[in-house]
Amino acid sequence: MNVLLDNLDIFVTGFRNTLIMFFASGLIALVLGTIVGSFRVSPVAPMRALGTIYVNLVRNTPLTLIFFFFVFGYPKLGLPRADYIVLAIIALSLYTATYVAEALRSGINTVPLGQAEAARAIGLTFGQSMTLVVLPQAFRAIIPPLMNVFIALLKNTTIAAGFSVLDAGAIRAYLSERGEPQLVVLLWVAVIFIALAALLSWAQRALEKKWRLAR
Amino acid sequence: MRKKWSVAIVATAAAAALTLAGCAQGAPPSAGGGDASEPPKDLYTVADNVDLTGSPTYDKAKAAGKITVGVKEDQPNLGFLDAATGKRSGFDIEIAKWIAASLGFSEKQIEFKAIPSANRESAIVNGDIDYYVGTYSITDARKQQIDFAGPYFVTGQGLLVKKGNTEIKSEKDLAGKTVCSATGSTPIQNIKANFPDTKTTEFDTYSQCVDALNDGSVDAVTTDEAILIGYAAQAPDDLEVVGKPFSTEKYGVGLPKGDSALRHFINKTFTDGSEVWTGIYDATLGASGTKVDQPEVDDYQ
Repeated sequence: MNVLLDNLDIFVTGFRNTLIMFFASGLIALVLGTIVGSFRVSPVAPMRALGTIYVNLVRNTPLTLIFFFFVFGYPKLGLPRADYIVLAIIALSLYTATYVAEALRSGINTVPLGQAEAARAIGLTFGQSMTLVVLPQAFRAIIPPLMNVFIALLKNTTIAAGFSVLDAGAIRAYLSERGEPQLVVLLWVAVIFIALAALLSWAQRALEKKWRLAR
Repeated sequence: MRKKWSVAIVATAAAAALTLAGCAQGAPPSAGGGDASEPPKDLYTVADNVDLTGSPTYDKAKAAGKITVGVKEDQPNLGFLDAATGKRSGFDIEIAKWIAASLGFSEKQIEFKAIPSANRESAIVNGDIDYYVGTYSITDARKQQIDFAGPYFVTGQGLLVKKGNTEIKSEKDLAGKTVCSATGSTPIQNIKANFPDTKTTEFDTYSQCVDALNDGSVDAVTTDEAILIGYAAQAPDDLEVVGKPFSTEKYGVGLPKGDSALRHFINKTFTDGSEVWTGIYDATLGASGTKVDQPEVDDYQ
């Protein structure tokens, strides 16, 4: 307990940055992933191709490499400097969006084709039939896989520790320098992560209950 | 889908673990190899009659016929591994070889292991290495977990900037600047605590900081001056060390806690071997012509 209380400053800063990254990139990934997911089921071939290329390119690249690109490659392009936490959020968002898109596509596939056909039959455009008919049903079906994605995102944020963001993954380096036993430090980090993930699982159950689909 | 997921999660977890374990340690050093300057071969001999009893670390190494030494490998002139030739060089490496020789282990019986800063205590506590020689500052907090022989070198926190930088002349000019050091290291914690107007950047290794300095994303690199001098010596046209050290760091040899016999033995080696020390220093860190006296060891009880 002392390890936690004596170094509360580092723990609080670390997990605050972890949560900032989690919420910011979670939100961006949700929006971007929805757009890309829609691209992947779009009736327009070039859009479908674009979505497929993006998902396959980014999802199949290790997250660490994406971080390397943004943290070490980006500054060499001579563009305006950005905070490392902003670069980390961009990297995490782009990566997580591919998983959101795939989860969403699987959800869209659970919506019977008749629904989309009916929407088109009453004269809705592709955009309208997606936002009004298909996506609302798809989102309900994908809550469990989506929460999986977000729990993975929560833990993926620790990679930013290697790229100049003082997050939960960097706590160990700080406290080892202060002479704390590392195993205890890592146990505390793990306990907090498990608690945060448990919160997400609880949110998943609550949402599943609320949006239960009667079919 | 489920299968895909488990694979994805394992892959992400592995990537995360790699990063946490300091994967950047495997990244190639930015500049070319350091000069593999070595002290003369006859400076010391491998002891064949070692008078050391009651040291579990020594007994274990003797039984195994080899000794495992933790070092750094990205610090030119201190602890450096030339990726092309596989040759290790530097002051810390030579000190490590000298200790091994005094314990009766020849160079071939030494197994070097590169351990990044943040993992040093656990590597010693877990017995992965027999002793650690690599810019390891003696602090009271660390003495809770391990023991230190030495000190064998004294330095302090310094600043490395691009050559011709007119704005940063000492630590007093850091307001509004961005300074880089190893994640969570004492120098970066010092900057955060005592220079609140200074922005900080942290990477796993100093070589990544030097990269960032070269491409202009940070204004200065800070850590122990001895390390910075090594980088400046590698690229004298691009980098320079400015100001005077603004802290005191005493480098010791990290040992398992409680192995007093080995600690007294190494301390005695240091005390009796001032000529060897000078010979090693002159061939490595002192190659640029600087003269430093060997610090007195602190043979605490």
